[in-house]
Amino acid sequence: MKTKITGKNLYKIFGGSAEDALKLLQAGKDKDEIFEATGQTVGVNDASFEVAEGEIFVVMGLSGSGKSTLVRMINGLIKPSAGEILIDGVDVGSCSDEQLRRVRREKVAMVFQHFALFPHKTVADNVAFGLKIKGMPAAERREKAQVALDQVGLGARADSYPDELSGGMQQRVGLARGLASEPEILLMDEPFSALDPLIRSDMQQELLELQRSLKKTIVFITHDLNEALTLGSTIAIMRNGAIVQTGAAEEIVGSPADDYVAAFTKDIDRSLVFTAGSVAEPGEALDLAAADLKSALAAMERLHRDAIHLVDDGKVAGIVTYRDANAALGRNGGTLRDVLNEDFPAAEPDTRLFDLYELAQTGLPIALTNGDGRLSGIVEPKAVFAQLSTGGA
Amino acid sequence: MISPSDFDFLAIPFADWINLFVRDWLVPNFRPFFRSMQWPVSQVLNGLSTFLNATPMLVFTAALALIAWRTAGRGVAIFTLIALVFIDLIGLWPETMTTLAMVVTAVFFCVVIGIPLGVLAARSDIFQAVLRPILDIMQTIPSFVYLVPIVMLFGVGVVPGIIATIIFAVPPIIRLTNLGIRNVRHDLTEAAVAFGATPWQSLVEVQFPLALRTIMAGLNQTLMLALSMVVIAALIGAGGLGLTVFTGLGRLDVGNATAGGVGIVLLAIILDRISQALGEKRSVRTVSLMETMRSLFSPRRDAAAGESQRAG
Ligand SMILES: Nc1ncnc2c1ncn2[C@@H]1O[C@H](COP(=O)(O)OP(=O)(O)OP(=O)(O)O)[C@@H](O)[C@H]1O
Ligand SMILES: [Mg+2]
Repeated sequence: MKTKITGKNLYKIFGGSAEDALKLLQAGKDKDEIFEATGQTVGVNDASFEVAEGEIFVVMGLSGSGKSTLVRMINGLIKPSAGEILIDGVDVGSCSDEQLRRVRREKVAMVFQHFALFPHKTVADNVAFGLKIKGMPAAERREKAQVALDQVGLGARADSYPDELSGGMQQRVGLARGLASEPEILLMDEPFSALDPLIRSDMQQELLELQRSLKKTIVFITHDLNEALTLGSTIAIMRNGAIVQTGAAEEIVGSPADDYVAAFTKDIDRSLVFTAGSVAEPGEALDLAAADLKSALAAMERLHRDAIHLVDDGKVAGIVTYRDANAALGRNGGTLRDVLNEDFPAAEPDTRLFDLYELAQTGLPIALTNGDGRLSGIVEPKAVFAQLSTGGA
Repeated sequence: MISPSDFDFLAIPFADWINLFVRDWLVPNFRPFFRSMQWPVSQVLNGLSTFLNATPMLVFTAALALIAWRTAGRGVAIFTLIALVFIDLIGLWPETMTTLAMVVTAVFFCVVIGIPLGVLAARSDIFQAVLRPILDIMQTIPSFVYLVPIVMLFGVGVVPGIIATIIFAVPPIIRLTNLGIRNVRHDLTEAAVAFGATPWQSLVEVQFPLALRTIMAGLNQTLMLALSMVVIAALIGAGGLGLTVFTGLGRLDVGNATAGGVGIVLLAIILDRISQALGEKRSVRTVSLMETMRSLFSPRRDAAAGESQRAG
């Protein structure tokens, strides 16, 4: 996939000339030592990353780890002290004010933690702000603002003032303002952390839906790992200005790079991270046409399983448990079809463990199918719970 | 015995130096420059005072009452009406119009000079650092002291009086413009910039509108200072109500002096209420005359004034 944003060895030193502090960094001093020696703050320390077009790139880390500084380099609100930041191959760290304004107007929009809506403007005027700055005529920008407001479900509140809306609604307006100028990139600095938990997860789902239809490249900051895992295709973890690990959710949780990352992921809800595929075993199934009760029981004994799937014409038709099969054998004239359970639990390999809980409660192994109905593997209920409980390790 | 007079050779002839500086250098070299500064002031003043003096008393009273009603509510409107009629009845109408013309002229120039300076100060910490002690000095010098150099540089008359008034009254509007813009929430300014606004666009679209309340509080203070100074400026030949007061005092004519004083107070109250109400436009409400009377004479306790006092 095409790379949209690239950061190459980015540094940001706050306060005074950067050179001394950069030398100290190169000499291996850390953030605190440099602050003691020079009084300067290291905002970002040798950060390199790549954001692919159309993905949600989540940056997380503790307070003061440099997340805001990093995203503000992407739209030039903060100039890097050293290093390059490229959008579509163009360096925004070193271009002129005029070029930078063009990038901000055309390509990169931003959504803020405390919404940053203009209290003296109506919702519609807030949303149309970026368009007005570009010099778009009033009627046209009103139209576009309305479209953006409809996208976030606030079409009816165009003429309200921000302070008449709830927090969640205000942030929707903030989002609409970001979308109105049809940017390719959306920077979101902790956009949902000022919202209460219920509204917050609503907003996360809505953002995912919007993202699916609009395909923006999103850089999303949060200090909440659950939020990062829900949203992020790629997650970068920052510490003291440096990026300590970048990867997909499963990599971060499954193989943390160091203790800092591990501490982060300790309390995580693993069911949101891992998919059925990660706990699957190869499945073995019998052909319904060929098998009978005896061969089914024999197969289960051989595999040390309590149940086995049966396929009909290649597709999973159902499951038979050892107990039912044995009982049927005892009765006269019992057949395999009599004890076939056609209401069997099934899921796809990329289903999250979170969504397997209910299926696992049936006690039956869960059939993994790839949409075509063919068995690609099975998940034993105990494997689901085992994966979830290895958390604190 | 050693007496202090033995050290006379140590005395510093400060007054002589100043005399030398002002009389022999500043005045001869810069007089034309200072004279030319009077031109715009006298243009505005002449236009305004011709207009005000040509406007019939009833028309003006009705117009000002209407403005008061639209901005500050019914109570202030009724007060304006009564006060202006009273001024006319005690025979001070022309003087009041002259004073009003001078005050409005001075405030006009305070706005034209003060708001840009305030904006610059908000934009640049260095400029603010330079400006602040100058404003402090301007505000601590007693108002009479302004008159001496003004007379030397500009001569006597109405226009020098107004220039003294401008210098005396401009600090609050500079300060509060600076304060108002600096107090605009940082993330709002950042949002404007993040959407590609130029510095001018973020000033016009975001900072200025959000600072307007504070700036209006500054305007109100400037207006009040201008009114008080315009009276003192009568000493150097500016006419109006100030002149009435001073001639009254000079002749020990308590009646006339008091009449002039009452005229000034009434004018001050009207201008104060209207300009304050302008700053709080969003909460226009109609209040009873009783309430207005009470609020007119109660000590000022609104937040904006308190804030600016602390900032000053
Ligand atoms: N304008 C500035 N001047 C000086 N230091 C700054 C400035 N902005 C940020 N810093 C410092 O840089 C470091 C990184 O700050 P940053 O705001 O990027 O952190 P953050 O990860 O966004 O934290 P938070 O979660 O609190 O928002 C902090 O130590 C901060 O104190
Ligand atoms: Mg931050």
